[in-house]
Amino acid sequence: MSTVRPEGRLGDGFGLLIDREGSLAFTFDGKPVAAHPGDVIASALYAGGRRVIGRSFKYHRPRGVASMAGHEANALVQVGHEPNVPADLTPVKAGIEVRGINVTGSLDRDLMAGLGHMGRFLPAGFYYRSFFRPKGAWKKWEPIIRRMAGLGTIAQSAPHGDFDKRYGFHDVAIVGGGPAGMTAALAAAAGGASVLLVDEMPALGGSLLYARTDEGGAAGRRRADDLKGRIGAEPRITVMTGAVATGLFTDGWLSVAQGSRLHKVRAKRVVVATGAIEQPAVFRNNDLPGIMLVSGGQRLMRLYGVAPGTNAVILTCNEDGYGYALDCLDAGVAVAAVLDLRPDPDGPLRRAALARGVRCLKDTGIGEAKGGRTVEAVVTAPANGAGSAETIACDHVAVAVGYTPNGALLFHAGAFCRYDEEQFWNRIEDLPAGVGAAGAVACLWDEKRVSDHAGDAGGAAARGESSPAAAPDPAAGGLNHPHPVFPHPQGKAFVDLDEDLTIDDILTGLKDGFTDIQLLKRYTTLGMGPSQGRHSAVNGVRIAARATGRGEASVGSTTNRPPYRSEKLGLLAGQSFEPVRHTAMHRRHVEAGARMMPAGLWLRPAHYGRNGDAEAAIAAEVKAVREGVGLIDVSTLGGLEVRGPDAAEFVDRMYTWAYAKQKVGRCRYLLMTDEAGVVIDDGVAVRLHEEHYYLTATTGGVDGVYREMLRENASWGLAVDIANVTAAYAAVNLAGPKSREVLATLVNDIDLSNVAFPYMEAREGHVAGIPARLMRVGFVGELGYEIHVPSLQGEALWDAIAEAGRGHGIRPFGVEAQRVLRLEKGHIIVGQDTDGLTTPHEAAMGWALAKKKPFYVGKKAVDIQGAKPQERRLVGFTLKDQDAPCPKECHLVIEGDRIAGRVTSAVRSPNLGRVVGLAYVPPEKAEAGSDFQIRIEGGRMVEAETVPIPFYDPDNRRQEV
Amino acid sequence: MKLMRCPLNGERNISEFVCGGEVKAMPDPDKASDADWGRYLFFEDNPDGEIVEWWLHAPSSYWFIARRDTRTEAVLETMTVQEWRERQGTVGSGQAQGQSADSQAHGAQGTNG
Repeated sequence: MSTVRPEGRLGDGFGLLIDREGSLAFTFDGKPVAAHPGDVIASALYAGGRRVIGRSFKYHRPRGVASMAGHEANALVQVGHEPNVPADLTPVKAGIEVRGINVTGSLDRDLMAGLGHMGRFLPAGFYYRSFFRPKGAWKKWEPIIRRMAGLGTIAQSAPHGDFDKRYGFHDVAIVGGGPAGMTAALAAAAGGASVLLVDEMPALGGSLLYARTDEGGAAGRRRADDLKGRIGAEPRITVMTGAVATGLFTDGWLSVAQGSRLHKVRAKRVVVATGAIEQPAVFRNNDLPGIMLVSGGQRLMRLYGVAPGTNAVILTCNEDGYGYALDCLDAGVAVAAVLDLRPDPDGPLRRAALARGVRCLKDTGIGEAKGGRTVEAVVTAPANGAGSAETIACDHVAVAVGYTPNGALLFHAGAFCRYDEEQFWNRIEDLPAGVGAAGAVACLWDEKRVSDHAGDAGGAAARGESSPAAAPDPAAGGLNHPHPVFPHPQGKAFVDLDEDLTIDDILTGLKDGFTDIQLLKRYTTLGMGPSQGRHSAVNGVRIAARATGRGEASVGSTTNRPPYRSEKLGLLAGQSFEPVRHTAMHRRHVEAGARMMPAGLWLRPAHYGRNGDAEAAIAAEVKAVREGVGLIDVSTLGGLEVRGPDAAEFVDRMYTWAYAKQKVGRCRYLLMTDEAGVVIDDGVAVRLHEEHYYLTATTGGVDGVYREMLRENASWGLAVDIANVTAAYAAVNLAGPKSREVLATLVNDIDLSNVAFPYMEAREGHVAGIPARLMRVGFVGELGYEIHVPSLQGEALWDAIAEAGRGHGIRPFGVEAQRVLRLEKGHIIVGQDTDGLTTPHEAAMGWALAKKKPFYVGKKAVDIQGAKPQERRLVGFTLKDQDAPCPKECHLVIEGDRIAGRVTSAVRSPNLGRVVGLAYVPPEKAEAGSDFQIRIEGGRMVEAETVPIPFYDPDNRRQEV
Repeated sequence: MKLMRCPLNGERNISEFVCGGEVKAMPDPDKASDADWGRYLFFEDNPDGEIVEWWLHAPSSYWFIARRDTRTEAVLETMTVQEWRERQGTVGSGQAQGQSADSQAHGAQGTNG
């Protein structure tokens, strides 16, 4: 590939962006292409003689480039794994593999090109009319149509992209590095503001780099150099090139995509100076490769040094066409003719072109273009009234019939546009606060007016003031043709090249009754393709206006939404951060071979034991707790401190049971309902002092509980301090018949005897010298101690207990074993055994409701529910046939052919030798001994029986010893 | 992205905030009928225009009150719960009062749009 060298580039004054000394190569459809560094894919292809870069969406017509500004409808290519890459905006890199898209066969010989002859069978709205009847037909048609009329292919095997995001803060952000943007930036910086200047091209300059405003042709570039020099010397201006401002949102929030990074910019003021987009003329075969906008041809020549052809015909209605004729002559491109739509054209550039011998026809347009894979000739037509037609051979056509302000960002921010029926373009109005417009996007054209207004706008932005309004610029008066649409009896005059819509398609849509521009857009898909109507919306409005006898202003316009250009999903996703919380003892779990599982953001040991058999490991852990002693890390439990004179009152209002009379040193079960009386959390309250409660909450629930506490007390104004201390404490549950023996070796400031420290009491003291809160609570149903210590000492506590328990056969146990143990005791887990509607009555927790309290959150609703007949009850069950498979969570309770409830937890208990579980059943099945059926995997029914809970140690003797 | 002024933390991105729903007065549970209570729990005014809401600055768990225009999405004003209660003339304990804001009663302090 390195033997291929780029050739045939234009000389001095052309190719500003390319490095002529360097060369590199890439492939297009497998064939090598030579390029210079600085080329975009399309410029390198064009330089290599390729005119067909894409195939059109519907008819698979050959298409090339027209704008070279990233607005192309049909110059999307596949680059490696990446689909839909704009070839006219994407810099080449050595070795990239570029492919044409929407092609069956090859770009030059698309097997689907025959569709071009079937246009009358694929009219506007054809989806809706042709493929939806009979019912179900679309299912057959869709895959075929998707294949035929598609864009790039998403490669399932594409490697993970590397994207990230960055925040930026500036006083003033200016989008567009053309003359207006640069002038505004300098003025804002002179006013003391920190300025961000964003441009999507690799270099500042905008139209100054390519547009011709003078006979000599170098004035623009001189001015660009001057402005760039001053910007380079201004330390307050940060320049971002090759950066696309994709959206402008409320309060000066600007998204800027640059490479694989999304910049989230916040600016106090934003000045949009994004220029204007040149508009095409609509005539028969106006989509042939080689037919371009004048600005597209100028970009090709000036930016990349590529001649657009050898023999040009130029269609114009303003001075731009003549400037381009001079450009062509300077580049050695012959100009066959300049066709001017105006009856009496005049201007300095026209005179210069005439002086250089260019054939200039007035009052003349193009009737049709002819050609195959590229344009070969145009047939002229009189612009007004009668006249003769002439066929002029050419291999390039350039069109200059006017512009539309590139106002996408302004529209994102909430501005509206109104068609100016005197200057024949859209004027952008109602700019939101903090957003200004400068230059051509503000409909200014004259160099001095642009410069003066942009300076004012930049200065105003620096002062935090609104941009001054721009008065209509007379210089823009002759710029735009009022109706550059030239129907042909044989059709194929394309309005929208993205969607292959012709004048006839628009007229059909109007005839079908879709006269509202928003409906017309959706019915015909006008402006809905990749270039988002940048070249089709205005002409579409003009056609609709004329066909319905209205002015363009009353036809209105469609809505413009972000992003300005297609955005990669990777940019929006950025890096994927998945934060994980580790408890203080995490290292020890990993060392012990724990299999970790997520619990909210936390990781918790599911069970221990490196090799294989999870069931055996869990069973051994359960056995250790029931018969010896086990240790589980419960640091993820929520911890909340409530302190202050109103602490008891506060806890009483937040939870369902009674806490005001709870004695200091006592533990009490906590049940929380929301205002609708639904169970949302539970835990244990420890009263450490008259005015101090330490509350536990569920791992997943604590943050929500804390928020609700803060909100309620913002209303109540009780004198309490509420703190979420979850991360401040590490905690373990030391459980099993031998737990007291183990603990006794580590504690010397608390009497651990059952009399001095009974069940459901709490003590403060030291464990292994570590300050600790000890609670005798019984989630797993054995003698046990929950020990809470400062997080930093969690690992030391774990080590000390493990060491002390070694002689007693202590075993760490995980969440899985704890689930078995708690289920044997019939303890519910909020969120597993309750759902978004579970009331305390349904969960059989009426015992945890204070009857005499005047108020707690949810009380009124709980009382209302309690007075009504219940619809379901949470009950304990076992299976009648103990050899039947154990049901799983959410297996359904079936009565006849009706769903009557569901299983919430079930396990085959190693200690009880039978399946035990919890399930919602109809109230009449809540009585012990009731039978019901559970449908398990494969649709099999198993017989279940309601049994009392706890299943294990029903008299609670073991935990209270 | 919109900015919102938290009374505690100043102007922050709206993505840091969580809306806590309309400020609405809780009826007296002892006097309210079941139907009244149901309406209080499950129905919102959802006005076309100005609304007074609970908002939370999530990173700092700070609750405050915001007046907002549902038509323009403009945040008209934010204030501490204390300020809100003072304005409602209900300083002291008890629930946050007031069904909807009387715009006359609120000055245009600290607006952010």
